[in-house]
Amino acid sequence: MSTESLRPERQSIGSLPEGEAARQNVSSRQRRGKIWQGILLACTIFGIIILLMLAYNIVNDAFGGIGVQYAVEEEDLTDGRPLEELSQAELIAILETNLRSRVLKNLERERPLAERSREELIDIINDEIIKPEVVAVYSLSEFLFDRPTIEAELRKSHPRAEIEFKSWLSWDFIVTPMSSNPVEAGIRTAILGTLYLLWLTMLISFPLGVGAAIYLEEYKNDKPFDERIPAGRWMNNAIQRSAGLIETNIYNLSGVPSIIYGILGLAIFVRALEQFTSGAVFGYADPTTANGRTILSAALTMSLLVLPVVIISSQEAIRAVPGSMRQASYGLGATKWQTVWKIVLPNAMPGILTGTILSISRAIGETAPLIVIGASTFIVTDPTSLFSKFTVLPLQIYNWTSRPQPEFRAIAAAGIIVLLVLLLSLNAAAILLRNYLRSKRVST
Amino acid sequence: MADQAQAKAEQGAALAVSIPQTIDLRKRPRIGESIIQTVLFICGFISIFTTIGIVYVLFQESLSFFADPAVTLFEFFTGTVWQPRIGEFGILPLLNATLVISSIAMLVAVPLGLGMAIYLSEYASERARAILKPVIELLAGIPTVVYGYFALTFVTPILRGIFGNDVVSVYNMLSAGMVVGVLITPIIATLSEDALSAVPGSLRQASFGLGSTRWETAIKVVVPAALSGIFAGGIVAMSRAVGETMVVALAAGASPNLTWNPFEPAETMTGHIARISGGDLSYGSIDYRSIFAIGLVLFFITLALNIASRRIVRRFREVYD
Amino acid sequence: MSTTTMNDSKYAIETRAMNIYYGAFRAVKDVTFSIERNKITALIGPSGCGKSTVLRSFNRMNDLIPGARTEGEVLYHGQNLYDPDVDAVQVRRQIGMVFQKPNPFPKSIYDNIAYGPRINGWKGTRAEMDELVERALVGAALWDEVKDKLNQSGLSLSGGQQQRLCIARAIAVQPEVILMDEPCSALDPISTLKIEELMLELRQRYTIVIVTHNMQQAARVSDYTAFFLMDKEDRAGELVEYDVTSKVFQNPADKRTEEYVSGRFG
Repeated sequence: MSTESLRPERQSIGSLPEGEAARQNVSSRQRRGKIWQGILLACTIFGIIILLMLAYNIVNDAFGGIGVQYAVEEEDLTDGRPLEELSQAELIAILETNLRSRVLKNLERERPLAERSREELIDIINDEIIKPEVVAVYSLSEFLFDRPTIEAELRKSHPRAEIEFKSWLSWDFIVTPMSSNPVEAGIRTAILGTLYLLWLTMLISFPLGVGAAIYLEEYKNDKPFDERIPAGRWMNNAIQRSAGLIETNIYNLSGVPSIIYGILGLAIFVRALEQFTSGAVFGYADPTTANGRTILSAALTMSLLVLPVVIISSQEAIRAVPGSMRQASYGLGATKWQTVWKIVLPNAMPGILTGTILSISRAIGETAPLIVIGASTFIVTDPTSLFSKFTVLPLQIYNWTSRPQPEFRAIAAAGIIVLLVLLLSLNAAAILLRNYLRSKRVST
Repeated sequence: MADQAQAKAEQGAALAVSIPQTIDLRKRPRIGESIIQTVLFICGFISIFTTIGIVYVLFQESLSFFADPAVTLFEFFTGTVWQPRIGEFGILPLLNATLVISSIAMLVAVPLGLGMAIYLSEYASERARAILKPVIELLAGIPTVVYGYFALTFVTPILRGIFGNDVVSVYNMLSAGMVVGVLITPIIATLSEDALSAVPGSLRQASFGLGSTRWETAIKVVVPAALSGIFAGGIVAMSRAVGETMVVALAAGASPNLTWNPFEPAETMTGHIARISGGDLSYGSIDYRSIFAIGLVLFFITLALNIASRRIVRRFREVYD
Repeated sequence: MSTTTMNDSKYAIETRAMNIYYGAFRAVKDVTFSIERNKITALIGPSGCGKSTVLRSFNRMNDLIPGARTEGEVLYHGQNLYDPDVDAVQVRRQIGMVFQKPNPFPKSIYDNIAYGPRINGWKGTRAEMDELVERALVGAALWDEVKDKLNQSGLSLSGGQQQRLCIARAIAVQPEVILMDEPCSALDPISTLKIEELMLELRQRYTIVIVTHNMQQAARVSDYTAFFLMDKEDRAGELVEYDVTSKVFQNPADKRTEEYVSGRFG
């Protein structure tokens, strides 16, 4: 292009590259842009890589090999036939020949062997005679790709042991209660505790959160008292101010670390309100509880924790209802509450429900506050009431992860899979529910 | 005129609407509505009670903590040893570990999260966004205890493999910090992307119209215009990192340790609260009270960060139109 | 870009059988016309007739819309702008643009102007940049109003001032052609008048192409006028008439043009 200047020369205005220089300038800038684009893309891809590493990490630990050592080989007991094919008489015969007489006598005293079913007898043979013992744990990758090494290693330490495939995640794992033996431990009580806590938290935080959201969205600017009286003006003013305060406060609360809520729960629900949260005031005395560390305390704590998020997401859903709908309702002479109840809430409900379920399901993965309020980690009985002691999945995972033995790490990984599946199904349920409610509203 | 009015009135009567002589339009108290409004107001006010409860509980128990002859306020904030057994209550080691781990986390999360945000808002096609956004949401939705497991059983062994088992402890701040960084990356990515997307498209067009490349537009026009939002997001993420408990409880170790060496174990404020309260705690003991004092410090740090982020957004937000 | 300079040519931009598509939809069809150097050419027509699309094709701003595609030729210095070898960034450096709504960057007035040169590899001292900024602002008739507050945000100016700042920003990279997309539609009449005066002044140094909704504006400022209309059948915009402005407004050749300029539709 021509280099005609903007005005007659007074002073130089520097120079922009022209011609070939301009082309080189642009192409080097474009190149730089491409490099940075690659870096940005790499950042984004890294997110996917982390997810993959996480999945690998968990699957690799939840499945894999174990080195098992038997006191007696099954084949030696039965001449090579599987136990399941033996008759009841043959099973009893095996027991009688292999068990010491004192043990046999004990068993007979509990219930005569002849009256027991075959499955029961097989279990006894497994537990008392074959006595499988896990002597080594291998990850899935070691089990699949490093077989010779681990076999050699095992032979050195436990010459009689064999390597078997083990899925730590199994139906037994899900339906068995806790045990101090990782091979037999299950996660049943934790699953029930989590579901109980989830349900209760939702029951408490949903009405409170939606109520607060309705107030902030629909009533915030109301003046309920008579403006003509000074006291009325003062009250209106105070109410308006506190509404503003509530909004700021909700934002700040949503940034408070969850462990602080645990401290609050510990001091208020577990200690100060112990009579109430342990059920003592209702004349309730659960033999397993001695204090306020109950599901109720946990649910109250969790409700306070999720409340800000529930309020904020409900506010968004309410705000999304078009103002024209409200005006139509007011135009027909409806009161405020009639408008809210009949028009605003039904229309906002899909959004409110989805938001609430999502935020509460996130809280279900929370561990810190429950550690602080002192949820137990070793519970063998199912939770039965509000005032039961309890444990939950994340707490169990934490407890198992913090132990050094590899068996516990493996069941922690299995527990993580259960937790993630539970969370994913909750999220899926929230989305399905929203779609269902939406389609219902459109069709009617 | 009178006749016409009469005729109109008769027509009205024909529609079978009886118009009363006087209509009272004055306000009447609606008890039901008032009760409902009060109940809703109380629902909202519960959040205030929560804050009051937190502050009251933290202060009250902290007061009894400082009333203990073994503790002084001065020693608490300046002491370099936290050993409740020998009566040493200096918060510096815990605070230091929290800061080291949060800093490592920010070093990981800021470039990563910002990179994701810029890519998503300035480069990605609709289809790429449809894949990448759920990935970020998934990362944000994974429970922190799972990240703790990941830090301890995956990242730590890798770090030990790289730097050597004698250099890196089984429990160390680096692994915990890096994983906390991964955990807060979605926060930075989402908040920054919101800020970047809020920059009007007309600014990008103006920049392209002057002959800028896409990268120049992103970094010299869009990012500066969104800087307050990005900064605020960073502070929110920092506050999350400071308050994060599970990853540090599992991976950073269980001994208060005043050190800058990220390969060493050191217990953070949150980790200490979790460990102490996880044991059998007798109410009224000095251990029990100490967690409230630590909680109070933690609460004020995160509160200050949250208020700062909100201020920044309010004050420096560019108003377009 | 300037390797095949044809400075002797009378025309700055020439289009040949240009078709613009958004995905499968053809938004503009078979546009062939030439824009004369150092003149103001107005593109007019009712909404949806493709005039803005045509304007944006001159500096490849349509590239930024996903799915947009241009066929045919847009010649600038004898080169087809849509040739695969041509770099859009280079094109926009030579053919600047001013947008419908004023869009100053949220930077200081000074930095708004300096942004373009800095991006484009400008070399010089601080004093030279000061001079460049001053000349650009003088060129956009804004200098006297802002000379004491160059460090204030560009957003602190009034709408009309912001638009002149955008013009100053465009001329600071010393383009050859300036495209203006309804530059006054968001402004009050007084600001509009100032911009129009400015355009007439800028004509001496730049080729200006302006899209406008306002027929009086086209009549007031432009030398040539191109009238576009949407074909009722395939909804694609087409060039109906292109001539000297006075001819288009007073003695149009096409009946549709006459109906439009006399206000009978559109």
